[in-house]
Amino acid sequence: MVKEKIKVENFDLYFNDKKVLNKINLSIFEKKVTAIIGPSGCGKSTLIRSFNRMNDFYNAKVDGKIIFDGMNINDKNIDLSTLRTKIGMVFQKPNPFPFSIYENVAFGLKVKGVKDKSFIDEKVVKSLKDVWLYDEIKDRLFDSAMSLSGGQQQRLCIARALANDPEVLLLDEPTSALDPKSTQKVEELLEVLKDKLTIIIVTHNIAQAGRVSDYTLFIYLGEIVEFGETKKVFTAPENKKTEEYITGIFG
Amino acid sequence: MKKLKEFGFEFFIYLTTLITIISLFIFLIPIIKNGYKGIFPNFLFTFPKNGMTEGGIFPAIVGTFYLTILSTLFSFPVGIITAIYISEYGKPKFLVDLIKTSITTLSGVPSIIFGLFGYSFFVVRFSLEVSLISGSLTLAILSLPIIIKSVEESLKSVPVAFKEAAYSLGCSKFETIYKVSLPVAFPNILTSLILSIGRVAGETAPIMFTAATLYSRRLPKSLSSEVMAIPYHIYGLVTEGISPEKQIPIAYKSAFVLLLLVLMVNLSAILIRQNLRRKRRW
Repeated sequence: MVKEKIKVENFDLYFNDKKVLNKINLSIFEKKVTAIIGPSGCGKSTLIRSFNRMNDFYNAKVDGKIIFDGMNINDKNIDLSTLRTKIGMVFQKPNPFPFSIYENVAFGLKVKGVKDKSFIDEKVVKSLKDVWLYDEIKDRLFDSAMSLSGGQQQRLCIARALANDPEVLLLDEPTSALDPKSTQKVEELLEVLKDKLTIIIVTHNIAQAGRVSDYTLFIYLGEIVEFGETKKVFTAPENKKTEEYITGIFG
Repeated sequence: MKKLKEFGFEFFIYLTTLITIISLFIFLIPIIKNGYKGIFPNFLFTFPKNGMTEGGIFPAIVGTFYLTILSTLFSFPVGIITAIYISEYGKPKFLVDLIKTSITTLSGVPSIIFGLFGYSFFVVRFSLEVSLISGSLTLAILSLPIIIKSVEESLKSVPVAFKEAAYSLGCSKFETIYKVSLPVAFPNILTSLILSIGRVAGETAPIMFTAATLYSRRLPKSLSSEVMAIPYHIYGLVTEGISPEKQIPIAYKSAFVLLLLVLMVNLSAILIRQNLRRKRRW
């Protein structure tokens, strides 16, 4: 049986009175990978950034509910710091801080106020191992994160998010700036990570959605066109638009 | 035809650069030629004698040092915090616009006006007398617009991606500024602060009525003492006194020392920045 991790109910989002997301109703299932696909500018990124309230910085106005852990994360008095440690995020362009590799991974813990040095050390090593980066860089933990390759940087960003022990991981087109080999590595990584956490991934790459996800959500012009198990969405889509998008008739 | 245009443009660029460099040398050569002799150590470490006609400029160096350090103690914190407010908080908008307009206006005000303001405000109004403290405060106000602007620029140049990453890891706004924006912008902030020191050290007009004295045989004892300062000393040597033939050479030497000091400050800014940049590149 799959358990619901996040439930979205009648969710609308506006930027400067322009409606960007319209009546989103959706369930994200625990320890599954949900892919969000759709053409550029359709609201994919806006939707994924709604799960950790990253749209706040662009003065988004919202209606409706997003229920996570029994609370509506759109509530005014929600503790955003706690929310964002529980729902981690990885961005399109690898964005490690220009600090050392170690500092990058330890960042979230230090923000949380963890002082225990040996605990942080352990956690850093574990997180780096979780993304298969540790063996590649164990001799230069204190080198700048900027010295890593793009693919390594992106895995470092995943490790940085994992160090917070999130329950959900949001990935906003995590491989669009990476070469095919690094992309493959990130995809394999997701396969392993979903044993432990719930993953939502926005992707431009339809084939990638097919490869990595259990559920696929197709949105178009700010509305959900189709949502279901990936197998079904890809083999027997209910909506004509979905079929056209997946087969590449438009995009 | 296109090639000719290209060539003409390039030629023009080289020409203007050359003019800049040549005028710099025309300006520097007499100061160096007339100023470098017998600087170390006597001129640097002795007191002036016989009016201003003999001796060194030790109290002026000390005075300039005190004025500069004290003014930065006021201007750095205020400047940095204001810059953070403008670039990171920016609300309410009318207040930020007001501050920005004030800064732009203030940075265009001639420094003698700051001197007059310092005189009427600190020296007279607050009865701080002509003193180290009045002069430092005046210099601080003079340097505030430059500091605020450059620190604001440094903070604005921090990529949004870093801030988003910080927020996504659970940082509050303050933590994002404190743990990411400031450290990332630090090399640039430091450079602009050091450059402002160089600027303050060379200012004459703001301290004329607020802090400086032409001739002193003693070092400043407290915040309310008058001080000698190198730029004002040069001014005095050239415009006042009775034996210009003895004073002008001292003025050249003093100018040389001042240039050297400012050059050292600026050089250290460059070195520090390069060093920090090497460590954090993105």
